Amino acid sequence: MLVTIRLFARLREMAGKGELRRELPDGATARTAWDALVDEFPGFDDYSKAVSCAVNQDYARMTASLADGDEVAFLPPVSGG
Amino acid sequence: MSDQRFRVTTDPLDATAVARIVASADCGAIATFTGIVRDEHAGRRVLWLEYEAYEPLAIKSFVRIDEEAGERWPSIALAIHHRVGRLDIGDASVVIAVASPHRPEAFAGCRYAIERIKQICPIWKHEHFEGGDVWIEGATADPMDDEVRRMAFAQCS
Repeated sequence: MLVTIRLFARLREMAGKGELRRELPDGATARTAWDALVDEFPGFDDYSKAVSCAVNQDYARMTASLADGDEVAFLPPVSGG
Repeated sequence: MSDQRFRVTTDPLDATAVARIVASADCGAIATFTGIVRDEHAGRRVLWLEYEAYEPLAIKSFVRIDEEAGERWPSIALAIHHRVGRLDIGDASVVIAVASPHRPEAFAGCRYAIERIKQICPIWKHEHFEGGDVWIEGATADPMDDEVRRMAFAQCS
């Protein structure tokens, strides 16, 4: 399946861009996508405990299943306000 | 049509305009909160902030905060406008307005909203200070974490 990955703040800077497309195996979850990013980008693993995610622009768990065409966003700890 | 109560914008914020959105004839109180960019943080001299948002989810987080506050204080009407992009010292970063028939619910709802924004809203500030820059990282955004939500409510009683 092909998914769009959205990254923000320091994650976006470390990856060099805010939007990626990645091929993932059938049965992939948000965690699968995250683990692939950890392998690809140095520094991402520092966020493995604190990161949260959204699938198709709704809050989701890292265990959420992904489907072809989904948008999965990874959120570093937030600091709005 | 988008709900004018909940906005993420690069435009300067106007607290009076946000308050006007929630005003109604049966409300005797409107509390507003304005977050302002400060010139100092953690001992650093702040020059400016750059705010970044995941806008569609940020709007949904505002709707969620409104629903949570409405369960606790059914009489309130709430609006949240958050600014993004470059903000200078003294600029307003967020405006919250809460209207209600009486003042306790307006104050409480306003406090709850800002605490909850800081917990779950997908917005990040990039601090530019004298000598460098740093992404500010606060809370893991997990709206389903009831313990964290209870901490926000605890600020309001």
